[in-house]
Amino acid sequence: MTRTSRRLVSVLAAATIATTMAACGGDDDSGGGGGGGGGTAEDNEATDPGMTEDSVLIGAHYPLTGPAAPGYSEIPTGVQAYFDFVNANGGVYDRQIEWRYLDDGYNPTNTGQVVNQLVLEDEVFAMMGGLGTATHNAALDLLNSEGVPDLFVASGSSLWDNPEDNPYTFGWQPDYESEGKIIGQYIAENLPDAKVGLFLQDDDFGEDGERGIRQYIDDQIVAAESYTSGNTDLGAQITALQQAGADFVVGFNTPIYTALSQLTALRLNYQPEWFYSNVGSDPQLVGSLLERFSSGAVTGTSLLEGVYTTDYLPTVDEVDNPWVQLFQRVWDESGQEGELTNFRIYGMSQAYTMVQALQAAGRNPTRDDLVAALEQAGGDFEGPALAPFRYSEDRHAGIGGMGVSRIGADGSAEELTGILITDVGDAEIEEYDGEESTPPESGIPDEEAIG
Amino acid sequence: MSDLQTPAGAPGAASDDAPSTATAAANASSAGAGGRSFLPKSTLLRHLLVLALCAVLAVLLLEGTERSTNDQISRIAFYAIAAGGLTLLTGLNGQISLGHGALMAVGAYTTALMLDVDGDPLPLAVIFLVAVAVTAVVGAIVGVAAARLHGPYLAGATLALAVGVPGLTLYFSDTLGGEQGINVRAPRAPDWFVEGIEALSGERGQGTKWLAYIAVACLLISYFLLANLMRSRIGRTWRAVRDQEVAAELAGISLGSWRVLAFVVSAAAAGLAGGVLAIVVRLTAPGSFLPVLSLSLLTAIVIGGLGSLFGALLGSVLLVLLPEWARDFGLEVLDMESAQASQAAFVIYGLLLVATMLFAPAGLVGTVRLALLRRRAARAMSRAGGG
Repeated sequence: MTRTSRRLVSVLAAATIATTMAACGGDDDSGGGGGGGGGTAEDNEATDPGMTEDSVLIGAHYPLTGPAAPGYSEIPTGVQAYFDFVNANGGVYDRQIEWRYLDDGYNPTNTGQVVNQLVLEDEVFAMMGGLGTATHNAALDLLNSEGVPDLFVASGSSLWDNPEDNPYTFGWQPDYESEGKIIGQYIAENLPDAKVGLFLQDDDFGEDGERGIRQYIDDQIVAAESYTSGNTDLGAQITALQQAGADFVVGFNTPIYTALSQLTALRLNYQPEWFYSNVGSDPQLVGSLLERFSSGAVTGTSLLEGVYTTDYLPTVDEVDNPWVQLFQRVWDESGQEGELTNFRIYGMSQAYTMVQALQAAGRNPTRDDLVAALEQAGGDFEGPALAPFRYSEDRHAGIGGMGVSRIGADGSAEELTGILITDVGDAEIEEYDGEESTPPESGIPDEEAIG
Repeated sequence: MSDLQTPAGAPGAASDDAPSTATAAANASSAGAGGRSFLPKSTLLRHLLVLALCAVLAVLLLEGTERSTNDQISRIAFYAIAAGGLTLLTGLNGQISLGHGALMAVGAYTTALMLDVDGDPLPLAVIFLVAVAVTAVVGAIVGVAAARLHGPYLAGATLALAVGVPGLTLYFSDTLGGEQGINVRAPRAPDWFVEGIEALSGERGQGTKWLAYIAVACLLISYFLLANLMRSRIGRTWRAVRDQEVAAELAGISLGSWRVLAFVVSAAAAGLAGGVLAIVVRLTAPGSFLPVLSLSLLTAIVIGGLGSLFGALLGSVLLVLLPEWARDFGLEVLDMESAQASQAAFVIYGLLLVATMLFAPAGLVGTVRLALLRRRAARAMSRAGGG
């Protein structure tokens, strides 16, 4: 998009926001109520494509087939379960949320194709949770030039936080650089003598993470090795870490490479301490991958005992956490196959934020209203995430913090720090002093409409 | 859409005759059958006429369909361009390549890098020509190696290309963008185009539509050139090299250099396909050029019918639309989960491939053409018997 047409879009956006805000002001006189806005089902109107009187269509792309499918393909089933739960309780402003997700096989060419289909043919009102950095990158241009809200991209790349060029795109999970900083500070404070080796995926996931971690422990790092996704032989990388004398390895890698690095180290009799960033550390998935890759020689999560990681959402092993209890109830009610997993919790948490955004956007929002609602109110949303979002008119970055934890024998996580919040660049790391949120009684958020 | 195939396309049908008589016979018989008698005798003129007809049809098709269909057509176009080049190599010259996806990557990355400059990039036509030239050079290098290899060895060597090239983009991640690739700034539609489309159908002639027109134009031009090449002396020589190595060599044909030439032409088509892919997908990333891309191109030309451009197009249409139909069928009619429906699409594609191999080994186009030839022969026999 050129600068002039971008300016045109933002002028148009501002104009629509102004008119709808005026309209919302009128609405408020008729009294608040269910979902925060006024009016009843009779006041519902179709606005932009995908938003009808009684339904709103949300779309997404996920790897449902292919090598990236294990784990990730569970996310949309979690989303489905939560939307079903909300729909059974009347929906949002008496609208049922329809959820349509398609397979892209983690191939950017396919992503472009399915997003085209979702936007041009199925006419989704908004996208939510499109997964993957390279894959979603292929859809970025189309979504922003069509003016389709592109919410909560499921990747920690910093690409999504660029409101000037991509005014419709919002991140959701903490970015990898902030995560790297938090990991770096934890090591600097608690393990100042560790000789740190980095194990990095060879893309911006690894690069952003490395940039963050080097801000704190550049002098402690003795080696940085990277792997290419798709190449399953890690002998060279792990040997290099071993020879450099690293006794503490930090991995920015996907779950498959957590399993592969563990098995390779086992074979080489290399026993450092491990710290896996959030993406690659799901104990259940890694446990099942380990079992499969080792043909049953390694069972369960035993190899992961004592491994450090980070958390920004409650995990499935925290059975006393009210959010996990809510999600367990929602999952059981949905009647889908399988157990509640951390990937499904991730999907439900995104769906929860989506419902908040739809509520804040008011009874009859346009696509631009939805974006405006997130920019204005998104920073104050309370949900399952441990730290608040960083949404504002200038920022489209998601959750701003996480805690460091350690995986126990049964795959449960023991928290080592409080919630640490930070941001990209020079931003300080601070302890989050906000109260831990609890889910509302009904299990459904109740955000006020903006305006 | 286009019917520019050579009559000798079905390998079994033509291989018994000397290539030139096969072509001549097919021409004479098609004229005699009355179906195409209005077409001019000159190959070039006839192809030009078909080209013009197809161009008109393409405009009608693009203007008569939704934007999402326009996008599908662009995707069919880039697969079809690459498949057209591959069908020339495999169907006409008898060489197999499992590395055409990698050659597409070369074209795509060349295009992406040339569009990703400060200031105004060169005209798209120039960029595409450079992409074609660069890929042709790579094709020549591969072709020199390939000309010495046969069957499984050739398949293995080209497969190495398909596996290796995406890795290069990670190795040179500073210039080639690594795993997340290079965002392609799709060229904007010129004013004359926007106004022309507005006058024609009253729609917005930008974005998807402009790209679809570029893609289809590239498809038509490349098929026109390939069709002429296939019907020329060069095409006949390739067929001779494929069918009768010894006879061809005795006739003074240097097998090696003709094989390299076929590889170069085929690579050039893959390069153009890559360029179109880059602007249509608006991203070039290694994930788009995995070995599975090369394999799907090969399945497309096999299903469509080896050696036939129309078959390559048909195969590409199936390649793009079939998974989508299968998925929608699973989702809407059978009420499956999205994940199951996506997996079902692969199963259906595989079943179709198996069925084609069992019941129509010459591919869809080849089978129809064989049936036609047989009927014509039977009719000629009965006429001869009756007279």
